[in-house]
Amino acid sequence: MRLVPRGEAPALFVAAVSLLAVLLAFAASLVLLALYGASPWEAIAVVYRGVLADPRGFAEVLRRAVPLTLAGAGLALAFRAQFWNIGAEGQLLVGAVAASGVALFGPGEGVAKLVLMAAVAFVAGGLWAMVPAYLKARLAVNDVITTLMFNYVAIYLVEWLIHGPWKGKSVFGFAYTDRFPASAWLPLWPGTGLAWPGLVMAVVAAALLAWLLGATKLGFEVRVVGENPEAARYAGVRALSTLLQVALLSGGVAGLAGFVEVAGTHHRLLAPLQISLGYGYTAIIVAWLGRNRPLATLLTGLLIGFVFAAGDVAKVALATPFQLVQVVNGLILFFLIAAEVPIRYRVVWRPERG
Amino acid sequence: MEGAEASPPSQETPPFLELRSLTKRFPGVVANDRVDLSVRAGEVHALLGENGAGKSTLVSMLYGLLQPDGGEIRLQGRPVRIRSPRDALALGIGLVPQHFLLVKKHTVAENVALGLSGVPFLAPTRALADRLRRLGERYGLPVDPRAYVWQLSAGEQQRVEILKVLVRDVRLLILDEPTSVLTPQEARGLFAVLRRMKAEGHAVIFITHKLEEVLEVADRVTVLRRGRVVATLPVAEVDERRLARLMVGEEVALPRARRGAGRGRPRLFVEDLWVRGDRGYFAVKDVNFQVHEGEIVGLAGVAGNGQSELIEALTGLRRPARGWIRLGERDLTGHDARAFFEAGVAHVPEDRTHRGVVGSLSVAENLVLKHYRYPPFARGPVLDRRAVRAFAEEAVARYRVAAPSVATPVRLLSGGNIQKLILARELHGRPRLLVAAHPTYGLDVGATAQVRRLLLEERDRGAAVFLVSEDLEEILALSDRILVIFDGKIVAELAPDEASKERLGLLMAGVAA
Repeated sequence: MRLVPRGEAPALFVAAVSLLAVLLAFAASLVLLALYGASPWEAIAVVYRGVLADPRGFAEVLRRAVPLTLAGAGLALAFRAQFWNIGAEGQLLVGAVAASGVALFGPGEGVAKLVLMAAVAFVAGGLWAMVPAYLKARLAVNDVITTLMFNYVAIYLVEWLIHGPWKGKSVFGFAYTDRFPASAWLPLWPGTGLAWPGLVMAVVAAALLAWLLGATKLGFEVRVVGENPEAARYAGVRALSTLLQVALLSGGVAGLAGFVEVAGTHHRLLAPLQISLGYGYTAIIVAWLGRNRPLATLLTGLLIGFVFAAGDVAKVALATPFQLVQVVNGLILFFLIAAEVPIRYRVVWRPERG
Repeated sequence: MEGAEASPPSQETPPFLELRSLTKRFPGVVANDRVDLSVRAGEVHALLGENGAGKSTLVSMLYGLLQPDGGEIRLQGRPVRIRSPRDALALGIGLVPQHFLLVKKHTVAENVALGLSGVPFLAPTRALADRLRRLGERYGLPVDPRAYVWQLSAGEQQRVEILKVLVRDVRLLILDEPTSVLTPQEARGLFAVLRRMKAEGHAVIFITHKLEEVLEVADRVTVLRRGRVVATLPVAEVDERRLARLMVGEEVALPRARRGAGRGRPRLFVEDLWVRGDRGYFAVKDVNFQVHEGEIVGLAGVAGNGQSELIEALTGLRRPARGWIRLGERDLTGHDARAFFEAGVAHVPEDRTHRGVVGSLSVAENLVLKHYRYPPFARGPVLDRRAVRAFAEEAVARYRVAAPSVATPVRLLSGGNIQKLILARELHGRPRLLVAAHPTYGLDVGATAQVRRLLLEERDRGAAVFLVSEDLEEILALSDRILVIFDGKIVAELAPDEASKERLGLLMAGVAA
């Protein structure tokens, strides 16, 4: 048996292999559940009843998919430009901070207030990503390190705000802000916890970014810079400006995810892990599973959203630890990496002819 | 070989290497179609063919990189299977690749020791250094074993590649387009090495598409065309015309400049130009010259004497340390590549696959790699895909770029077609100055002729053309004026009728002539 490099794998084949990898990851998760002492069959039944067959349960899938897709679509754009943005988590958090600031202290009433919150969150997330992008383009500072480190800065910024200046007056010993005024709440789909404007934003953002990549000058520049930076320089593409625009968009949509979380679900700024549940990191899987195609993150965001929702249900019904979600996500990533082999190579079983 | 003692050696002694009906298919194409070839010990056998004739495929099968789909390979009369380069080396077959595979930050000896069996685990290069020196003396390949590869010129790196093979005691040496990186003098040195190897009883396969090299160094020549052997002939019985005809299947006359075309006012002014190389020292030193409208100025020089840095400075890719670059009235000193492009500077780059195109993007997208941001291809922030496509269809037809469609990724095109695509793009919009670096390097005769014709047409249209090439024949054939660069300085300016290959070669080597 040997591996022969294949040229371009057909898109359908790539999709099929990716799907198979995900199914294998689910199968491995069930084995883990069995080792934990829970019945895999019961787990399947519980997840089916609680998530797929129940409209409210499915709304939970969508609720998780919204921030994942928003951040994931932005990361897909960044990765296409070879901007290795590992900082969606931080960009999401500063987006949440900015939106909270407007909600608690800012002007505006009704829809105008929400629009202002979203805009400020977008800009904050974008600026948060632009700093590492500038350092990369100007000083060749490693963007993986800087974007990652900026996450910690964002985390401690939130911690400081909720323990210090923004700590709510009516929350006693707890470390979070006061509740937002009702005008800063996103409307919910009746009978569910899903803030439907967030869903609209995710769909629009993924579609807009896909259009941008395929049909605009900036998208063309992103693909040229990403595929061959030397040719980009030769062609007169200004890498700094391209990279900054990519960072603004990529960080911006992650910031929007932060806005949706605080305005749609929590209605206050609280501890970083409660706001995000690691959405910014998990969005890397979303982007990667979607092969860095913004439109595809609609599907892959939904899939990972399902993992989160299923983890919630399993936690209640089967008393499994919440960390199971991270384990399943890790397994998906693991099997996806393995799936690169059949995507890049053909396996030839027969011996070579001499 | 058995029984050689009993019967007198006859003409029936099997050749060292024999290929019988060797066939290799790729999807949609037969790269090698029933190729027969025999190479004797003590023979330099040239393998001649255009790009895409199947030379590389054949070599890859001999070196174990590809497996044949049919036919057989015999070594000294016995059929063999070569499954990997390791097998090939064990059988005594070595390859000197066209693009060197050396670890630049390691020394010569370390590079040779890499993957060599029988090398001690500790201090692997100590014993080797001596062996390398002796081998170097024997074959005329002097290299300092302790030198770092990044310090070496292309010619010296090639010597390291040859030593890497010789140290493994190979019997058959395959050289893949070995002269493409060498100066005429270095090439002559290489030919002397090949003759030495021949005398020592090695078999040599010499791959080339340069006719004069076949005549100079080979004993026999096998011509490949479209994957098939067209002829195998003793070199004594052929001449350049006949080889060219066999190789391309039709008579090709390479275009030459018709002199006396009107040269106009000076257009490119380069004054007191100093440019630093990547390692900080000056690669271009106090260079002054002009290029006029309707004139081709050829720059001859050995690679690494400042040409690359000069080209980058002239196209906005490298900021000069001192001096001026002006195009007509416009001072472009210190501006970036976009400003040079907008001022009318076209650039056919040296490294066409890494700089000139984006392999994963389509033919159409690569054709607008520079023009995408201007009308009619852009309307505001949005690309007009229909306009791009229409332009691409027209350019592909006009420049005869062989591509299945304009949506095909450029990665799948041959070198010649990539070069045609680059020219189609660079000549669009009638540049005022065309900077062409090694424009026909590695191209087959047909593509070379087309590229040369385009350069001459540009000149006749009134463009200023700055041609940098290591192919002296090309410099002599096309230039209205010739500059010679050595060690970053322009050491001579010649009219084409005062120049000869010999004289240029000496000037390029830094010898005053």
